[in-house]
Amino acid sequence: MSAIQANGLYKIFGRRATRGVAMLEAGASRDDLRKDGLTAAVIDASFEVDPGEIFVVMGLSGSGKSTLIRMVNGLWESTAGELEIYGEKLTKSSDATLRRIRREKVSMVFQHFALLPHRTVGENAAYGLEIKGLNRTEREARANEALAMVGLEGWGGMLPGELSGGMRQRVGLARALAAGTDILLMDEAFSALDPLIKRDMQDQLVDLQRRLEKTILFITHDLNEAMRLGDRIAMMRDGRIEQIGTAEEILNNPANDYVAQFTQDVDRTRVLTAAQIAEQPASVLGAEQGPRAAHRLLRESHNSWLVVLHHDRTPAGVLWEDDVAQAVRDGSNALPWSDTHEMPVVAHDTPIADLFTQAAQHLSPLIVVDDAGRFQGVIPRVTLLTAVGRPRADAPAPAPAGAGG
Amino acid sequence: MNPTIPHIPIGDVVDAGIGWLRANAGAFFDGLSALLAILTDALTDLLLAVPEPVAIVLFALLGWLLRSWKMALATLVTFLLIWSMNQWTTSMQTLALVLIATVIAVVLAIPLGIWAARNDAVSAALKPILDFMQTMPAFVYLIPAILFFGIGAAPGLIATLIFALPPGVRMTELGIRGVDHETVEAGHAFGASDGQILRGIQLPLAVPTIMAGVNQVIMLALSMAVIAGMVGADGLGKEVVSAISTLNTAKGVEAGLSVVFLAIYLDRLTGSLARPGDQRTSLLAWLRSRRQAAARAS
Ligand SMILES: Nc1ncnc2c1ncn2[C@@H]1O[C@H](COP(=O)(O)OP(=O)(O)OP(=O)(O)O)[C@@H](O)[C@H]1O
Ligand SMILES: [Mg+2]
Repeated sequence: MSAIQANGLYKIFGRRATRGVAMLEAGASRDDLRKDGLTAAVIDASFEVDPGEIFVVMGLSGSGKSTLIRMVNGLWESTAGELEIYGEKLTKSSDATLRRIRREKVSMVFQHFALLPHRTVGENAAYGLEIKGLNRTEREARANEALAMVGLEGWGGMLPGELSGGMRQRVGLARALAAGTDILLMDEAFSALDPLIKRDMQDQLVDLQRRLEKTILFITHDLNEAMRLGDRIAMMRDGRIEQIGTAEEILNNPANDYVAQFTQDVDRTRVLTAAQIAEQPASVLGAEQGPRAAHRLLRESHNSWLVVLHHDRTPAGVLWEDDVAQAVRDGSNALPWSDTHEMPVVAHDTPIADLFTQAAQHLSPLIVVDDAGRFQGVIPRVTLLTAVGRPRADAPAPAPAGAGG
Repeated sequence: MNPTIPHIPIGDVVDAGIGWLRANAGAFFDGLSALLAILTDALTDLLLAVPEPVAIVLFALLGWLLRSWKMALATLVTFLLIWSMNQWTTSMQTLALVLIATVIAVVLAIPLGIWAARNDAVSAALKPILDFMQTMPAFVYLIPAILFFGIGAAPGLIATLIFALPPGVRMTELGIRGVDHETVEAGHAFGASDGQILRGIQLPLAVPTIMAGVNQVIMLALSMAVIAGMVGADGLGKEVVSAISTLNTAKGVEAGLSVVFLAIYLDRLTGSLARPGDQRTSLLAWLRSRRQAAARAS
């Protein structure tokens, strides 16, 4: 079951807003509605968010992001369409039901923190629990736990006004975490923070999400942030969702010019990972083979290096043309490992930005391995540079892994 | 008589209405009048039961508690002056009238203000009524007040109440509507009910504005309480009225100065309630910082 499921959601501001839905369905544009005194903030939005996913909604100012997120917890009633939270219908449900869903299933982090200035940090963090009716000791215990999670242990007695912006937003996050709901809604939660603190908070959020497996609907107007955080991203423009996909899908296969334009100045090196640009070498050698087989593969592939794999596909090393030629001349039977070159191994999910130092230190291509340490592909230095230079139109074609064993 | 436009007898209509009310709800007004008189007398007696020196020190301490030692000093000086001008009793009578009028006004104004803040129709309906209450010359209230309540404290109190109520309602509404939108939204987002949001978020955050309203209520009440001297309410107003009728400058100045001293005292006191954080030299602030330091040390 999806955590959040939206089907054809509309939100139109103005008098007798429902007529706007009919107009839009009949093909009228947003501007047509404006002439009629209606503002179409969200138009026909459909998406679903899986449990444990970070789903990012990305769009420029006024594209309807805040409106969309406020329909997800029913702060604003949708004009048309349906929305379900874990299968429970939210649209057109009673105030009591709405309150129950908000207490138990969905909490929210706000752009400008929205802390209660007259309450201490600890009382702020405990707010959701207080509303739920928990007693004081339990409230305090869980609020302190949440404060510790966001790195604010021992700050519970301060007032929000005594904290920096970054710390205040941690309190906002702690309040949402303490409430213990599965779903977190975050409306431009980090937009008011300065860049360094923002990065810090993003890392912390990803970290928390991995640990707590929360479902997060995150709103931002910063595409780099979207790409850093999002398992999937919905691109919004003028109230409509233009494309939903992973960061790579949106970078590599933009649905239209608008999305393409948007992604132009994304820092690709932070979005793309080693696995995405890795290629299959023309051939690899089994570790039990000898120098002669290596020599043949090297000649066929016109490469100066050759990757050697164990039986379980973990990398054994890289052989170099000169060493192999020497071994063949000497009539040796052992594989001639180089004593000048090392084998640089990188994890499949390393951002490209982090590959450059490795690539600069080694002549050898980078060897990409999966979580179990098995060989996934190589990144020759040329590939690394071209990946940064321009978008790759095609996904890496799985070349047959030629084997000598 | 205007030759071109017929006179619409609005005044007569109101007069007739008042006559009808008196005839049909006389008992109610008599009861209310008695109740208000009892309340005022009781509070006056209480204030006068304390010996002057003790009372003056207590007033000064209150000033220190809420504002600063400077205020305490000023209170000491000005209240001693009131006493020495022989206006102590009249001042306490006026103070009692002001306090009771203020309490009743606040008790009525805050719920009305809350209601108006949450309901645009109520707000729109209240607006002209409040304008009317505030701009109608204060003396005009005295006439029906006397008709309903006779001579004495009660008509004075009612006239004072009507005159002083509007800023209480307005500032409460303003304060609640002025609470940061996102903060209220946060309350909703965590599933708080309207009542929980009102009690936990809107009212606490509106306190400074509401207290500024209470401050205005008190000041208006004081100015009206003096006028109420004309309808026989005991206090400084009566002194001024009698000073006018006997052209007694000395008495007029003494009563007038006492009003000023009382006004300044009440204004500073309630003003510091509106912004408690600004009063760094107050006894309360000192106590609070001691407590915080103790809490942090532990
Ligand atoms: N209460 C409202 N009444 C009328 N129109 C509104 C209201 N709230 C939002 N809108 C309109 O809806 C559209 C979408 O607004 P929304 O706040 O959802 O955008 P956003 O993507 O969150 O923008 P931002 O990045 O500036 O926060 C805007 O055109 C806005 O003017
Ligand atoms: Mg927004």
